[in-house]
Amino acid sequence: MAVLSTIQCVFSVVLVLFASPLPCLNVRAYQRPVMVQQTGKVLPKPQMMTVSAEAYTLAMSSFKFTYGSSSEMCDIVDQAFRRYYDLIFDVDGPKKAPKVPESMAELTVLQVMVKEPCKGAYPSLESSENYTLTVTAPMGMLVADSAWGVLRGLETFSQLIYRTDDGTMIINKTTVDDFPRFAHRGILLDTSRHFIPLKYIKQNLDAMAYNKFNVFHWHIVDDQSFPYQSVVFPDLSAKGAFNPYTHLYTQEDVKDVIEYSRLRGIRVVPEFDTPGHTASWGAGLPGFLTPCYDGSTPNGKYYAANPMLNTTYDYMTKLLQEVKDVFPDKHVHLGGDEVNFNCWKSNPDITKFMEKMGFGTDYSKLEQYYIKNILDISTSIGRDYIVWQEVLDNGVQDKSTVGEVWFENPTIQAVLERLTAKGYRVLLAAGWYLNHDVYNPGTDWADFYKLDPQVFNGTQAQKDLVIGGEACMWGEYVDGTNLIARLWPRASAVAERLWSNKDVKNMADATVRMDEQRCRMVRRGLNAEPLHPGFCQFEYD
Amino acid sequence: MRPYLVLLVALSLQAAVAEWSYQTSWYEKARQDKVARGTVWPQPRSIDTTSVRYYLDPRNFRLEADSSSAAVSDPECKAVVDHALSRYGELLFWIPEEDRAGVDGDETLDKLVLTITRGCTRYPSLESDESYSILVNSDGATLLAQTAWGALRGLETFSQLIYGENGKHVINGTSISDSPRFPHRGIMIDTARHYLPLPFILRHLDAMAYNKMNVLHWHIVDDQAFPFQSTTFPDLSGKGAYTRKHVYTPDDVSQVLEFARLRGIRVIPEFDTPGHMMSWGQGHPEILTRCYPTSFQPDIYYLGPANPARETTYTFMRKLFEEIRELFADEYFHVGGDEVRFQCWNSNEEVQEFMVQQGFPNSTVGFADLQGYYINRILEILHQVPERTRGIVWQEIFDNFEISGDLTGLNLDTIIHVWEWNDTRYQGEPFREEMAKVTAAGYRTILSSCYYLNYISYGRDWPQYYECDPHDFQGTEAQKQLVIGGEACLWAEWVDSTNFIPRMWPRASAVAERLWSPQDVADSEAASPRMEEQRCRMVRRGIPAQPQGPSYCEYEWNILSQLPNYRPVITSSGPRVTEGLFHNLFLGVLVLAVVKCLA
Repeated sequence: MAVLSTIQCVFSVVLVLFASPLPCLNVRAYQRPVMVQQTGKVLPKPQMMTVSAEAYTLAMSSFKFTYGSSSEMCDIVDQAFRRYYDLIFDVDGPKKAPKVPESMAELTVLQVMVKEPCKGAYPSLESSENYTLTVTAPMGMLVADSAWGVLRGLETFSQLIYRTDDGTMIINKTTVDDFPRFAHRGILLDTSRHFIPLKYIKQNLDAMAYNKFNVFHWHIVDDQSFPYQSVVFPDLSAKGAFNPYTHLYTQEDVKDVIEYSRLRGIRVVPEFDTPGHTASWGAGLPGFLTPCYDGSTPNGKYYAANPMLNTTYDYMTKLLQEVKDVFPDKHVHLGGDEVNFNCWKSNPDITKFMEKMGFGTDYSKLEQYYIKNILDISTSIGRDYIVWQEVLDNGVQDKSTVGEVWFENPTIQAVLERLTAKGYRVLLAAGWYLNHDVYNPGTDWADFYKLDPQVFNGTQAQKDLVIGGEACMWGEYVDGTNLIARLWPRASAVAERLWSNKDVKNMADATVRMDEQRCRMVRRGLNAEPLHPGFCQFEYD
Repeated sequence: MRPYLVLLVALSLQAAVAEWSYQTSWYEKARQDKVARGTVWPQPRSIDTTSVRYYLDPRNFRLEADSSSAAVSDPECKAVVDHALSRYGELLFWIPEEDRAGVDGDETLDKLVLTITRGCTRYPSLESDESYSILVNSDGATLLAQTAWGALRGLETFSQLIYGENGKHVINGTSISDSPRFPHRGIMIDTARHYLPLPFILRHLDAMAYNKMNVLHWHIVDDQAFPFQSTTFPDLSGKGAYTRKHVYTPDDVSQVLEFARLRGIRVIPEFDTPGHMMSWGQGHPEILTRCYPTSFQPDIYYLGPANPARETTYTFMRKLFEEIRELFADEYFHVGGDEVRFQCWNSNEEVQEFMVQQGFPNSTVGFADLQGYYINRILEILHQVPERTRGIVWQEIFDNFEISGDLTGLNLDTIIHVWEWNDTRYQGEPFREEMAKVTAAGYRTILSSCYYLNYISYGRDWPQYYECDPHDFQGTEAQKQLVIGGEACLWAEWVDSTNFIPRMWPRASAVAERLWSPQDVADSEAASPRMEEQRCRMVRRGIPAQPQGPSYCEYEWNILSQLPNYRPVITSSGPRVTEGLFHNLFLGVLVLAVVKCLA
C-alpha cells in the first residue's frame, strides 16, 4: 500500500501540474496552439542525414519509381512502389498541378537497387534494414541490401516530401545513410480483452510501417477470450471466443495479417501465454486446466494449465506444431507471466505430484517444471521463443531464450542488468505501456522517449544483449473504437528511441518531428490523437 | 499479462482478472452478468416490467402518430414528430435481415401509437416539458407526451426497451412514467483548442439524444482560435481561425441548430468575455487591453482581456451579439467571465484612469468592481438585443460580486455555472460550498466541477462522475430548487476529431443518468450492466463509444463489413447506409440538406 499511495501521490502532483482545466492565471497552464509545419522532417530520425537548401519539385504526372538495372525484383518492392506513390501524390493533392518556378529542377525518378534476392522473403531478427538514399535531380537513388531496407528507405523518402502553401511538392537535395539501432522494434496488441477487427489491426500495421516498427507481437489469446481459430483444436475458439462466428480470427484472417505485415517488413510474433492467463482455453480443451478444490472437493473452478498431466504437454505440442505451420516467424512468444499458485495449492493431486517430484512446497519449482517442458517442446519443433521476465528470474537455463522485461523489479534497470548478466537476450516493454492513457499525452510521450533500453549498469557485452523493445497496448479498455487514437502518435516516441542513434535525445527537436509525424499520420487517414492545442492542415474527417 | 500499473487504479474489474478462473461457458455467463438486455439509460423515474414478451416484426411494425392529437394537428409538433418517427423507424431494428427469425405463432406487437396532448414550440427551452409515459401490453403500445420534446424522450426509451433474442426483436410488457430530474442536462464542447469538423458535432448530437441530454453548450471560440465566421466582423475568423478551412460558417451553425432542434437539444453558444479572447485580438486588437510588461507577463500576453474602458468595446460586442442572436435560437447565451487576468488591466494606464473615474479602488476589490461593471454592460446588451436574451456566466462573476460586497449588483436572471475544483481539489470539494453560496444568494446554477470529462485516468472512471450529485451541498429545499442541472465538459486541449467521440462516450452517459434519473438511482455497480448495454447500443448505432473493461459487444465497431454500424438516416425510405462512419455522416448531412431544401 505504501507503494500504491506513493504512486497515487506522484500521479496527483502530475495532475496538479499539468491538468489545469482551463488556462488560468498560472502561465504554464495556457496551452499555446501549435502551428505544425510540414517541412519534410523524418521520424524516426535517420542515423546520418544531410539536407541541403537546394530544392526540387515532384509532379504526379512525371514521377516514377524504377528498379536499377542490376537490382533484384520482387512483390514486396513492387507493391511498396504502388503504396508510396499513392501516399505521396494521392492524399489531398491539389486538383490542378501548381505552377512551378522554372528555376526549380524536377525529381522525376527514384531508382531503387536491391542487392539480395527478395522473392517470397520473410523478415527476421537478423534481417538487414540498412539503406542509403540520395536525392538529386533528376534521379534519386535508394540502395539497400534487402527489400526491408528498401521499405524503410521509401518511408523516409515519402517523409522528406512536403508541400508549399500553393500545393507545390518539394523535396530538398538530401543524402541519408540509415540503419536501425535495435533489430526488434515491436508493438503488442491484445486481442483477447477486446476483439480488434481486422480493419484496425491493418491500420495499426500501416502506422507501424510509417514509424519503421518491425514486429507485431500478437497477444492473441488470454483469460478473457480465445479468438484464434485453431485447426487442431477448433473448440478452443468455438467455445472460447466471445462469439465464435464474429469475434474470431480465421486461418484466412491470420494469413491475411501475416501477408499484410510481410509486405511492410513486419514480423508477426504470436503469443500463446501459458500456464496462467488461460481461462478461455478451458471450455474448448477439457482437462487442460487444473481443477481447483475447496478442501477435498472440486469447487467447479479451474485455473492455469495442469502441469502434472502428460496430456497437457500433448495438447501444447499439437498446438505449437500448428502455430509453427501457420506463423512463419522463427520466434513464438510463450508467455509465462503472472502465475497464481492458489489453485495448484488447493488440488490434492498436485500436492501428491509435488511430493513425487521432490518439489516440497515450492510451487515455483512446479511452474519451472511446466515452463521447461513447454520450452523443450518449442525447441523440438523448431521454434525459438520469447518469454516474460519472470520465467528467466525463475532460472530457466537456456541461453537462447529471449526475455521480455515488463515490470520494475525493483527497477527496470535492475532487471535489465540482472537478466543480461545471466547472459539472456532481452526486450524492453516496461515503461512503454501505452494503454495507460493520460490527460496530456504531450507529457507522457516524453517519458517514453527518454527511456533508453541500454542505460543500466553493465558491460558492453551485456548492453549488446538488448535486442530491442516493444510498446504495449493491453486491451482492457481498448477496442476498435479507440485503439489507433490511443496508440498513435505516442508510440512514435518509442519508434524513434528504438531506431535512431542513442545520442538523438534533444526534446525540442523530437517535438517538432513528433508534431509533423502526427499530422502526417492524420493526413494518411489514421486518427492519431493531438499532443497539444492547435491543428493540422488536413484534419481527420 | 496485465499491466502492472493497474494497481494504481485498483479497479474491481481488474482485480477480478487477476484471479480469473474458468467456469463452464464462462463467457456466456460473464456476459449475462455484465450486460443487461432491454434496459433503459438513463433509468426512468418509474418503470414496471412484466415477464410477458411481445415480438416485433420489422416488416410490419409501425410507429404511428395519433392523428387526433397535436402530434399531427400542430404543425410544429408534426415536423419534429415526423422526423423522429422516421429516425426511430431505422433505430428500432438492427438484427441483419439474413439473421432474423420469423415471429409467426408468437404474440406480436404491431405498432406504437404516439399521442401529444398539449402542443409544441419551434425550439426546446429551459421550460420545455419532457415528460412522457409508455404502456406496452396485450392491447398494444402507446406513448403519451405533452410536447414533441417529451415524445422524443419517449421514443428513445421505447427503442431501448427492444432487445434481440434468437434472431427476434423482443419487448416485454412495460409501464413507464418518466420525466427528468433536472431541466438543463448539457455537454460542453470546445472548438477553439481544436477544430471539430461538422460531422463529428452532428454525430455527437445523435449520441446526446440517445442519452436524453438536452443542451449543447458550444464553447465556440477561445484564446487559441476563433472559428466562428461572423458576417459583421469577418476578420474575427479571417485572422483568428487556425486556417480558412477551420471555420464554422453561418450555414454550418444553422445545420447544427436544426439537427439539434429535431432531437430536442438546445444549442447555447459561449462567447467567453472579457478573458479568453486572445484570438479575437488577431482581427480586432482594439477591443482588447494592451498589457505592459511586468515580471509575470511573458510577451505572448501583450493583449489581455477586453478593454472595459472604451465605449467602442461595448459597441462592438452589441453588434456581434445582435448577429449571434439572429443565428442562434436559444434564450440563453453563455458569456463566460472566467479566469480574467487583472494583472493586465493593472498594467494599462487607460484602464487605470477609467477605474479612478468610476471610483474603483486599485485593489482586488476594485478589479472585481471593474469586471462586475463590464459583465453588467454585457448582460445589459443581451437584454437589449431584439430577442431578449439572458446570460449564463462562469462562477467567477458571482465570486467577484461577492468580493465587491455587492451581490445585488448582478441580475437575478443570470445563471451561475460552477466549474472550479482548483487548488484544494484533493483535500476537499469547495464546489459544494460554492453551490450553497450561489443558491443562498438566489441565483440559479449549473454544476460542472465534477463532470470534467477531459480529465482521464486509466480504466473505468465513469463511476466518479456518476456518483457526484448536484444537490449534495448544505442548503434549504428552496436552494436545491435553484439547481437547474449540470454539464459534462470536454475541454479540447488534447481532444480533436481523432479521439473526441470515444473519449466523450460512454463517460458522458454517466452524467446523463445523474441529471435525468431520480436522486436515489446512484449505485454505479447496479448501473453497470445497463451502462454496458448502453455503450454497446451506441456502438451498434454508429457511435464509437469506448469500452469500460474487458468485454465485447454483439455488434462491434466495424467488426465486419457484413455487420455495419447502423446509422439512422433521415427518411425511412432513404438508403440503409452500410459503409463507415464518415460515409454515413456525409450521407446523413446530405439527406438532411435535401430534406431542408424540400421543406
